[in-house]
Amino acid sequence: MSDNSRTGVLLAMPATAYVGLLVAAPLGVLVLYSFWTQTYIDIDRSFTWDNYRTAFTDPLVRHLLIRSIWMAGLVTLVTVALAYPIAYFVAFRTRNKTFWLLLITIPFWVSYLLRVFAWKVILGFNGLINSSLLSAGLIEAPLDFLLYNEFAVILTLAHAWAPFAILPIYVSLQKVDRSLLEAATDLGCGRAECFLRVTLPLTIPGIIASSLIIFIPTVGDYVTPALVGGSDGKMVANLIQVYFGAANNWPLGATLSLMSMAAVGVVAVVFVVLLRRAGRVIR
Amino acid sequence: MTGRSRLLPGLRAYTLLYLVFLYLPVLLIPLFSFNDGTVVAFPISGLTLKWYGQLASEDALLRSLGNSFIVAGATAVLSTALGLFAARAYVRNKFRGKQWSEGLVMLPLVTPVIIVASAMLTLFMLIGLRPSLATVILGHTFLTLPFAVAILKSAFEEFDPSLEEAAYDLGETVLGTFRRVTLPIVAPGIVASLLVTFTVSFDEFVLAFFLSGDRPTLPVYIWSQIRFPAKLPNTLALGSLLLGFSVLLLILAEYFRRKTRRGAADAKR
Repeated sequence: MSDNSRTGVLLAMPATAYVGLLVAAPLGVLVLYSFWTQTYIDIDRSFTWDNYRTAFTDPLVRHLLIRSIWMAGLVTLVTVALAYPIAYFVAFRTRNKTFWLLLITIPFWVSYLLRVFAWKVILGFNGLINSSLLSAGLIEAPLDFLLYNEFAVILTLAHAWAPFAILPIYVSLQKVDRSLLEAATDLGCGRAECFLRVTLPLTIPGIIASSLIIFIPTVGDYVTPALVGGSDGKMVANLIQVYFGAANNWPLGATLSLMSMAAVGVVAVVFVVLLRRAGRVIR
Repeated sequence: MTGRSRLLPGLRAYTLLYLVFLYLPVLLIPLFSFNDGTVVAFPISGLTLKWYGQLASEDALLRSLGNSFIVAGATAVLSTALGLFAARAYVRNKFRGKQWSEGLVMLPLVTPVIIVASAMLTLFMLIGLRPSLATVILGHTFLTLPFAVAILKSAFEEFDPSLEEAAYDLGETVLGTFRRVTLPIVAPGIVASLLVTFTVSFDEFVLAFFLSGDRPTLPVYIWSQIRFPAKLPNTLALGSLLLGFSVLLLILAEYFRRKTRRGAADAKR
């Protein structure tokens, strides 16, 4: 081993060990817990599959897990679809790109909790939209379909994740060789066709990156469904929190955490494979 | 180019609309924190600073603010220290498992926080570490490490390795070189990393909610206040203060990050 590489290992060790330890140890403990049983205030440490049996047969768990993945998928789709034109605009149509990127990322630095709270204030029964419309005499009674449903969750998260969607797509758009576009135009490609058959397939890696960055944390999001989701918008993270909090059933909570993680992993892999294939087909 | 942009007039309009969507909630908080009435609605009924004045007498708020400063301060120092060494290794050294190590260190960015939170809580309870500010610091260091590594990597990428080599050639020891050459050049990057990790930790809610036990941090306190409609104006005032504070820290961070770049350019000359 050369000096250079020895130093490298030595320097990278503390951070790697820290993260590695805090990934492996808690996961290991979660796995252990998922085979144990809660007996009132104590933990019965004899091995059992009961938690998994409960989790798989409980309709509430299945419902919330499926809904979390479905919602995360919708949020990802909406956020990426809304963000793509912005990334395109910044990459192809602006001069001062640093300024535009800064403009897009500034709202992201405001506390996430406060941004979700702000949407609650905007959409609520006595919120900005309703009370403004009421005082303007445009509606007679507050609109109740704005808050506490899936729409509110999707809107809030599309806002919260915006820079995460825009930046990776922007980077991949920047990498698109402009001469390819000229060549396509010279060969008689229309603008729409040029975009669909050259630009879009070339930016699939960016789309994959933004989708994963949004999808994975969204499945486990706690704040947004709790604040603006109402009873119809609750997701699996809210249930996990209940098991670790009020319901005090840590083993079941641990099982649920592990199942969510497995589900996220499977869906993410399937998604990446499908999107890569789609990219090849449209080209 | 101009001909093409004229063909897409919708794109510019859409971008403006999108920016309104991005900034509306963010600007709403400070705007209505000065509102005299308790209902958030246009037109604003009158301007007042009373909601800000009431904050000063909230003991629970001040305590949680103190807790947040402790947590964010310790987190910033810990994750920047860990990140500094790792970033230097990723940029300067070649070693086996480098990619693997870099991937692992970035992993906290793409892990659902609820799983991290529940897993850490179970681990800490099992080994007898009671939820406290210390456990929040451990968790936040984990979460903020990717930010520190990313910022410090760019600081190292911008400075010329021959400066370090020159110091060695002139008889400086490894530690001496680090202290007298490396550290001063990457110092602005370190400050930027401290500021960003501080901000991220200061704002983080879910992990703190799980791990803070009976010493809530500021976001946990805010969470407890959001439930009460009567507290709404105070929460808006508090939110505006936090917003101003975050923006200030990030402007500082950006300033120092740019200074690294300029410092590196000067050093090359």
